[in-house]
Amino acid sequence: MSEVTEKGRWVSRSMQWVDDRIPITATFKQHASEYYAPKNFNVWYAMGALALVVLVIQVLTGIWLTMAYVPTGEGAFASVEYIMRDVDFGYLIRYMHSTGASAFFVVVYLHMFRGFAYGSYRKPRELLWLIGMAIYLVLMAEGFFGYLLPWGNMSYWGAQVIVSLIGAIPYFGPELMEWVRGDFVMSGITLNRFFALHVVALPLMLVGLVFLHIVALHHVGSSNPDGIEIKAKKDENGVPLDGIPFHPYYSTKDFVAIVVFLILFCAVVFYAPEMGGYFIEKPNFEEANPLKTPEHIAPVWYYTPFYAMLRAATFPFLGIDAKFWGLIIMAGAILIPAALPWLDRSKVKSMRYKGWFSKIALMNFVACFLVLGYLGTIPPSPIATATAQIMTIVYFAYFILMPWYTTIEQTKPEPERVSH
Amino acid sequence: MSEPILSMTRAVAIGLLTIGIGTHTLAADSDWIMQSMSPDLDDIPSLQRGANLYVNFCLGCHSLEHQRYERTADDLGEIPHELMVANVIHTGQKIGEHIQTAMSKEDAKGWFGAAPPDLTMVTRVRSPEWVYNFLLTFYEDSSRPLGVNNKVFPNVAMPHAMLSLQGIQEEVCIGNRPIDLLDVQTALEQDRVESIKEGGVENCGELSLIPGSGMFSVEEYEQAAFDIANFLHYVGDPTRAEREALGKYVIGFLLVLLVLAYFLNRNYWTDVKKN
Repeated sequence: MSEVTEKGRWVSRSMQWVDDRIPITATFKQHASEYYAPKNFNVWYAMGALALVVLVIQVLTGIWLTMAYVPTGEGAFASVEYIMRDVDFGYLIRYMHSTGASAFFVVVYLHMFRGFAYGSYRKPRELLWLIGMAIYLVLMAEGFFGYLLPWGNMSYWGAQVIVSLIGAIPYFGPELMEWVRGDFVMSGITLNRFFALHVVALPLMLVGLVFLHIVALHHVGSSNPDGIEIKAKKDENGVPLDGIPFHPYYSTKDFVAIVVFLILFCAVVFYAPEMGGYFIEKPNFEEANPLKTPEHIAPVWYYTPFYAMLRAATFPFLGIDAKFWGLIIMAGAILIPAALPWLDRSKVKSMRYKGWFSKIALMNFVACFLVLGYLGTIPPSPIATATAQIMTIVYFAYFILMPWYTTIEQTKPEPERVSH
Repeated sequence: MSEPILSMTRAVAIGLLTIGIGTHTLAADSDWIMQSMSPDLDDIPSLQRGANLYVNFCLGCHSLEHQRYERTADDLGEIPHELMVANVIHTGQKIGEHIQTAMSKEDAKGWFGAAPPDLTMVTRVRSPEWVYNFLLTFYEDSSRPLGVNNKVFPNVAMPHAMLSLQGIQEEVCIGNRPIDLLDVQTALEQDRVESIKEGGVENCGELSLIPGSGMFSVEEYEQAAFDIANFLHYVGDPTRAEREALGKYVIGFLLVLLVLAYFLNRNYWTDVKKN
């Protein structure tokens, strides 16, 4: 017995020694055991934790991939096959990374939808939302640069299509495009710089932004499905009445979500890594060939809603090429959610208490995002283009009309305390 | 008819056709309706026969440059390495080397106009079914430089490497087939409405084998084509079997972990009071 006490004393003395020098215990309390989160979280609130898990998967598998990957035009394609065939568990590392890219976008889109539905972007979380948007942009760039690296034919032509958009910018477009590629065509030079950005620059930015996202979140506190502030009602110790410590309550709850996620993730990794051509496209099993354009160039599924909007611009305007307007529409579509904190004028935050206009608008928005996503995967046709044009208008209308429909609609009163 | 209406008609017609033919798939570059084929990686004798046929009939031109002889021997029923070296490796390469062709890319370019592509991942770019149908549908066509053409890869720039096994196929017309929307569209476009008759249109472009022109019977040749496509399916993703076997253990472990995680979570949450 005395031995145990002796040992316990030694542990607490060592911890004290560390804490005097770096605030480990205080930080753990502030961000976990005494960080009070609303007790009415539902499954939508697990997506942030899952995104963090995917980030870790991507960083770790990425490190192991770079150990055998050769970032040159001559060696890249063969080195990926070398990883797949000759590196121990190389196929697992590669498929985890390729599936992880898609999984990242699945959880991030669901995470963003949660924000749309429960008004997570509203005051005082505007900066939290903007940092999140910055993460989303960096993630899109990360995915884009990474997609070139296997140097398959779809990698090559997909990147070629997107980089060529820069050339549509009036006046300095062609020079800018050459500067981005580092060559007159997509080449090994382009591959090398994309590699540098993909494995060093953007991951650093991503990790930095994720850190800021969590700092901002823990400063303002988490929102919840009722959209009310739990900090408004505290007990005598200053603890929110509807708050519970993140650890152990949400650490154990998130753990369940993580295991469920990993089961789905592994089902794809082990049994359907190509996901029917949506996660790894068929032409990418053929080496990049500047002389052989794939029959139909489509970006990976997570970009297709925006790609459909890009292609929806079909006529020149103000004497400038349609391609440039497509670029503007695409960039606008990606960036416009950043304005949500200022577009939403509703008296309430959560969809639970908003009126029918908001509910229908959100359903419409989701439906049109999915339809655009599908249209982006298929070859253009007159019907598909016309549909994409209508859907693009609906997409933007969701945001542009928001100040109007959120003010005129009848809302329900918010509850005093969270419903749990 | 105006251009958009025509293309819409075509889209609708192709859509209906695709629904109509049900389980069959059209070859990507042609309108040939492919015979279905599902590869079987557990059929080791088939994979071994496929490997044997591949080295004898395909490897002269088409390398498998990402696949090694050694792994092939080990994966296909643990073929002893000496046996592999003596009977399968005809290029003088070592067992640990990639499966290369003896022909140089420059020579090939000179002879065929383009170097024959590497086929390590042909079944992943196309499909095993495509390879199977490609091997079945070579036919005599005197308009082509090499005297043969192919139904799923029209105007392919290669000879029929297994001609001696299969024999010579010719294009023939066999009976009538039902009219489809494409026929109507073509007839309208060419102003030949009278060609649309009751009882269907003449069914041409089918293949017929000249009896006795090949060493194999039809069944034997179909089996050979299956074996090669099956082997190439293995070569495209040689770790598939290992991966799928490992997956059961990983997912099994996660399911057990899920039960534990669920009860751990439930245990903690009993403290949290309802409002």
